[in-house]
Amino acid sequence: MKVDWSNFWPQIVEATGQTITMVVMTLIFGSIIGITLGLLLFVTRENNILENKFVFQVLNIIINIIRPIPFIIFIVAISQLTRLVVGTTIGTAAAIFPMTIVASFTIARVVENNLVSIDPGVIEAAQAMGASPLRIIFTVLIPEALGPLILGLTFVSVGLIDFSAVAGTVGGGGLGHIAMTYGYQRFDGTVMLVTVVILIVMVQLAQWIGNTLSKLVMRR
Amino acid sequence: MTASKALKGDGLMIEFKNVSKTFTSGKRKVHAVNDVSFTVERGDIFGIIGFSGAGKSTLLRLVNMLERPTSGAVYIQGVDISKLSQKDLRKQRQNIGMIFQNFNLFNARTVAGNVAYPLKLAGTPKQEREKRVMELLRFVGLEDKAKDFPDQLSGGQKQRVGIARALANSPDILICDEATSALDPDTTADILKLLKNVNRDLGITILLITHEMDVIQQICNKVAVMEKGEVIEAGDVFETFTAPKHPTTKRFVQSVQQDLPSKHILEKWQSNGGETLYRVLFKGDITNEPILSTVTRKYEVDFNIVYGSVQELQEKLFGNLLISFTGDKSAIEQVLQELESIVDIKEVTKDESGLV
Repeated sequence: MKVDWSNFWPQIVEATGQTITMVVMTLIFGSIIGITLGLLLFVTRENNILENKFVFQVLNIIINIIRPIPFIIFIVAISQLTRLVVGTTIGTAAAIFPMTIVASFTIARVVENNLVSIDPGVIEAAQAMGASPLRIIFTVLIPEALGPLILGLTFVSVGLIDFSAVAGTVGGGGLGHIAMTYGYQRFDGTVMLVTVVILIVMVQLAQWIGNTLSKLVMRR
Repeated sequence: MTASKALKGDGLMIEFKNVSKTFTSGKRKVHAVNDVSFTVERGDIFGIIGFSGAGKSTLLRLVNMLERPTSGAVYIQGVDISKLSQKDLRKQRQNIGMIFQNFNLFNARTVAGNVAYPLKLAGTPKQEREKRVMELLRFVGLEDKAKDFPDQLSGGQKQRVGIARALANSPDILICDEATSALDPDTTADILKLLKNVNRDLGITILLITHEMDVIQQICNKVAVMEKGEVIEAGDVFETFTAPKHPTTKRFVQSVQQDLPSKHILEKWQSNGGETLYRVLFKGDITNEPILSTVTRKYEVDFNIVYGSVQELQEKLFGNLLISFTGDKSAIEQVLQELESIVDIKEVTKDESGLV
């Protein structure tokens, strides 16, 4: 049974809204946690401004454990924890929780990688001028790596659009859910096509915003 | 604090007392700096020279505690800075400007932003800060580049920004980490001139490290030669250049003052029946007098200057000539004796010339 497009559009619009909500909310929470973890990972490295072997190793190991787990497995594996924190395992809010965890660790790695590319001499110069570690983080590390950081976050957001579709298939709602139930299970190619086109447009839009912002700060 | 203030007056800016720094990586221990002692006085331009790996860079970083000594102590104006709290150390670092071989400018900030950074750290109010930034940029000759970003500047201009930034908080001391090693010869000369002005006009004591004897010759008044983590020779630049003791020091001096013609020319000189060569060193005011001609005329001996130069060092003249004499043997003996009482003279040995 094909869908009736005259009243199916509102459902598409709602699903698109859910997907955007999942991605944006995850990006916000994930960035806050991920950037903090990434900075922590970087400054606690050997010979860095707040060198701390213990903190570095613990973070490093946690990230390496979480990141290789396929998202669809992860979302199911931590469903008990999701229920504890969000109260349910179904719906958009329930999808945001596991997405945020995975996004945080991915962003932490992206942030760390971008910070590593900063010339250590610049950090040394700031130290020689009498800047405190916290000051160096906010006035040297972040501004110096801002352009690549924005591109890195853009890369992660595009990945999140993909994650949101996966979350949709296991009860998270959004375009993934529509594509799965109407497109895949009911063999409605048109629904599939529409959702895919919307997802492509979202990815393009995210990439364009990221490129524009990074160009703005990098002046290139 | 009173003790340090008293010391501040007596002109001792930096004092290294038996300082060692050992890096341990695994089981390997590297003695980067080994029992080094020396003092830098107010107003000095003190140069530390050494080949790469000699420990100069580590030594320099001990001055502002970017590296901490394994043993010994570094005193800045009488204060043992390894004993300062983190907060006091940061305050102290504002009194020690630092410039770098690779400039280490903040690429995300404009030229003005770079120079303003240390002023922000010191809590200088905005209006005063902007005034000071322009003042500093004028001093280094870059007032028209205030809004440019570092990647728009040449190497020499970048180092000028580095200098302006290092001087922002009016430090007493400026330390320079191979500040001209990444620059071409013309730009190097400009930057050295600027550093000399910093020392002369602003009264800032400079401690620099380099592997180029040129730099020492052009602006330093004191020099220390480093090898394998140790200071092997130190003193006045004029003395060190005119009478180097350690073989390494001699090599550095020879890198800027070739004091012997090539082997090819010496061989030709000898095969043509050339006379014995003597090296004559003139130091200071003595270069103003016609000593050679006065003495040789007295004994009716002719002299021939085969090779050599007269140079300015530390605003004093230094002559280093290779001379041969022709005439009666005993007369030449007498000439040599009389010259010995006035200048440094010695026979150029086969050993020195590399001839067998």
